[in-house]
Amino acid sequence: MSMSVSRIARAVAAKDLRIELRSRVVSNQVLPFSGLVMIMFAFALDNDDVLQRVAGGLVWLATLFSLFILVQRTFAVETYDGALDSLRVAGVNPQGIFIGKSVALFVQLLVLELVLFVAAVVLYRVNVNGSGVVLLVTCVLCATAGLAFVGTLYGGLTAGARGRETLLPLLLLPVVAPVLICATRATESAFRSGGVTVGEGWPWVGVLAVFAAVFGLGGLLSFGSLIEE
Amino acid sequence: MSTEAQTFKGVGTPATRMYGLMAIVALGWVLLGGLIFTPEDAVQGDAVRIMYVHVPTAWIAYLAFIVTGVASACWMIGRKHSLGFDRVAGASAEVGVVFMAMTLLSGSLWGRITWGTFWVWDPRLTTTAFMFVTYIGYLAVRGLGGTAQQRARRSSVIALLAVLEIPLVHFSVVMWRSLHQRATVLSPDGDIKMDGLMLFTLLFGVFGFSVLFAWLVSHRQRIMAMQDARQTSALDVAVAERLKEAQA
Repeated sequence: MSMSVSRIARAVAAKDLRIELRSRVVSNQVLPFSGLVMIMFAFALDNDDVLQRVAGGLVWLATLFSLFILVQRTFAVETYDGALDSLRVAGVNPQGIFIGKSVALFVQLLVLELVLFVAAVVLYRVNVNGSGVVLLVTCVLCATAGLAFVGTLYGGLTAGARGRETLLPLLLLPVVAPVLICATRATESAFRSGGVTVGEGWPWVGVLAVFAAVFGLGGLLSFGSLIEE
Repeated sequence: MSTEAQTFKGVGTPATRMYGLMAIVALGWVLLGGLIFTPEDAVQGDAVRIMYVHVPTAWIAYLAFIVTGVASACWMIGRKHSLGFDRVAGASAEVGVVFMAMTLLSGSLWGRITWGTFWVWDPRLTTTAFMFVTYIGYLAVRGLGGTAQQRARRSSVIALLAVLEIPLVHFSVVMWRSLHQRATVLSPDGDIKMDGLMLFTLLFGVFGFSVLFAWLVSHRQRIMAMQDARQTSALDVAVAERLKEAQA
């Protein structure tokens, strides 16, 4: 009996999130780490006006740093006792695994970004209201979907490889550069940093949506051959 | 060891020797033409001579990555998953990374002389830098180990994802610059009035470097084929030895 892709995806996502809830690695280590990064940015820049101006970029940089840790972790639990191989041997549809792991990563990233944006409001004194909130939420959803897809894709590729801790950032950073550029510009518009208007942010969100669609599709097509060893 | 020496016959053929010679002659002409025969530029002076290396290496770097993408797609589409395509993809990416490093180096030196700065956040420069890093990552993936077929599968996916990634990077950088930096950058080749000999030397440089590229890639992929064959034969030898041990 073969399960449908959506059932596999739900099972994989639920399993990943349950592991994170119980192990508390994200809540006790990754979230404090990203909060610390936001404080370190303030130390390095040491100027309230500059911080307010570049807050959007700092939030997304901190997200990328934490993305590496999260991706590393989500595949460490799979390769640790050969779980990924077992799934493959059992004939589980790789597209289901890809969607499931992407969804779990998406949820974890959203929690992380919520903490980072609260930190930006509290520590960097940014303001966001009205139409800015709509732009910000849409931007976060599109950017996070893109990050979750590429994170799962490249995480699956490097899972189990020698030197994956150093290889993953090398592969992933150039790929997520468009997300950093577009999400930062859209977030700056939502914050109205440096006199930009909210309306100027929407074209960037469009690119983020295209990015998520391209890598979502790319992942569905290629994930199977990446994890098959 | 002696058997290895016997099987090693080199990687050159009459054809590669011929276009190796063509590359030497062409690049020799570019050296003379670029440094001595061509006049200096009215605006840039002697600095314009960097062009004879910079433009051909940039062209080869982009060509190399196109070859890598096409060869990877051929590996993936082909029913037999022929490792020949994978080796061409890998060899081409290696040569491409070297040429792209030369492009970035010669470009930043040229930029320092003509623009007064090593680097500007121009879309073309930024995308080139990202391609460079992306293909360094591609080569790292090729070095992950495993069998030749595993290497081919992984690296073909990475190469095709890079084909998706590069236009997205380029597009977002173009958008970033067009909205943020209104000052226009002096284009390195937009406002140069080129005389006939300069243009000829430049085109001849493109030709010479193209032949050099073909020469390097064909040798490199043959060396890879030998390495793959050696890995397979080493495995066969080990299996035979274990069998002998078991029978003894």
